[in-house]
Amino acid sequence: MARYVLSRLLQAVPTLLLISFLTFIMGFLAPGDPIRMILGERSDPQAVAAVRRELGLDQPWHVQYGRFVWNAVKGDFGISLYNRRPVGDILQESFPATATLAVLAIALAIVVGIPAGVVAAVWHNRLPDRLSMAGVVLGISVPNFVLATLLILLVSVRLGWLPVAGWGAPEYLVLPVLVLAARPSASIARFTRTSMLEVLQQDYIRTARAKGVPEHLVILKHALPNAVLPVVTVVGNAFGYLLTGSFIVETVFAVPGVGYRSIEAILRRDYPVIQATTLLFAFLFIVVNLVVDVLYTRLDPRVRFGRKA
Amino acid sequence: MWAQWRQHPLALAALVYLSLLTVVALLAPIIAPYRYDAQDSTAILQPPSIRHPLGTDELGRDVFSRLVYGARVSLTVVVQVELLEVLIGVTLGLLAGYFRGRWDSLIMRFTDMMFAFPDILLAILIVAILGPGLHNVFIALALTGWPSMARVVRSQVLALREREFVEAARATGLGHGRILWRHILPGLLPTIIVAVTVDSAGIVLAESALSFLGLGAQPPLPSWGRMIDDARQLMRSHPTLLVYPALMLSFTVMALNFLGDGLRDLWDPRHRKR
Repeated sequence: MARYVLSRLLQAVPTLLLISFLTFIMGFLAPGDPIRMILGERSDPQAVAAVRRELGLDQPWHVQYGRFVWNAVKGDFGISLYNRRPVGDILQESFPATATLAVLAIALAIVVGIPAGVVAAVWHNRLPDRLSMAGVVLGISVPNFVLATLLILLVSVRLGWLPVAGWGAPEYLVLPVLVLAARPSASIARFTRTSMLEVLQQDYIRTARAKGVPEHLVILKHALPNAVLPVVTVVGNAFGYLLTGSFIVETVFAVPGVGYRSIEAILRRDYPVIQATTLLFAFLFIVVNLVVDVLYTRLDPRVRFGRKA
Repeated sequence: MWAQWRQHPLALAALVYLSLLTVVALLAPIIAPYRYDAQDSTAILQPPSIRHPLGTDELGRDVFSRLVYGARVSLTVVVQVELLEVLIGVTLGLLAGYFRGRWDSLIMRFTDMMFAFPDILLAILIVAILGPGLHNVFIALALTGWPSMARVVRSQVLALREREFVEAARATGLGHGRILWRHILPGLLPTIIVAVTVDSAGIVLAESALSFLGLGAQPPLPSWGRMIDDARQLMRSHPTLLVYPALMLSFTVMALNFLGDGLRDLWDPRHRKR
């Protein structure tokens, strides 16, 4: 177990290095002189040179890259070129909103997706199945920003039930969470259905039915626990989607989260902020997927690490 | 073939829709009654009429014409991205699967790394480096998309290279290049077509999302994503401006998904629907 976790951790290192290198290059290639951006265009050349030396920007690129990685590990991402605030502070302020939305959305997706998948499998090829599969097609095909704008149009503008956009009170959470949960719900439902259909064909289910176990217990106690196990892996993927979905959803609903800050920074060419948000998202994505994989091997005794079953 | 298609009415409908859309995109200058950037300050935010079948937007531009040119923008990005993706992905997948060895593990290592990272985030990062614009979106999507193509092709090549007809070709003394080109590549076509179709849905989505965020198509170029973003400001008074591009976009993504599923069922018995 420990060896498995360790090897997975080691596998994550090159990915993180690649991402950190890409983000570093971005700052390096960025047009404009960051020091003049900080000090102002018409500043004393000597002062510029001094700050350049102080920030280490006169060093060769590999030294700068090493420093960049080391600072990032310590949580120091420099200061924003736009408002000169420490980027670490900006991340700390914006992270809770993104995390709240992601956690609520994943919870909603599980609560909707698993029952929908089970119902579809149990009533295979009948009305409930067709209805939930139609829902899955919509969930996968309608882009999240389209869903978001249409919901605002219908629920907020036409019906006036919820605020159009904003942050700070529970009613602001409803629409963003709904939009974020749509696609993960669909993929969880589809996966649960496939997995459940497979399990329902196995011998032990036939045995249970033969010995007279009531059908609802066969489904809930015998089939469901085994069918749900692989769904854990989908949840990991869904989380990656939630992180990137936050770019759109936070922009549309004006949620002051990491995704919103990140898009804002891209449009302002505020490179330290772009670097920090990208690294944060990459790190979270890798960590969550690691946790999901480890959890899966713990939950399913058939999965053994080290050797192939 | 036809009998099989009838088993998949949705895929067939999707194929018809996408063919029509392609014709519309190709003939956009002929079909659209106005240019996409032609403004008419005397006809702002008009309701549908004979002169403007779907009305006009806040700058007096014909909405129908913009939708038509929007199809052209979407399909241009899809075709460009897929061409590049197929070129890189198929070449590397072929080489990795056929020759195995060090190149194989290197390429697979690299694609593993790319998979450990959400595509759209990488695309956004690349656009951030290169700057907003449709051209950079195309580069970003191609760069993030090829690893999955390489993967799919490689696993198929691994299976094909062990087959008798390849062995026979090798036994007759054909060179590697000829075996790859004449014997393995044709067998890969169904796989590639399915992968391209399914992937195109993601490309349409990603392009429109990036344009919606202001990172893709720049005004006055009409991407459906951009049109939706513009229409948000006028949502209260003119909701239809929002609804048209939203419908076009959703239908197109849905059609690509249906067609991809259908083609997979047709060509790959292992994936047949239950």
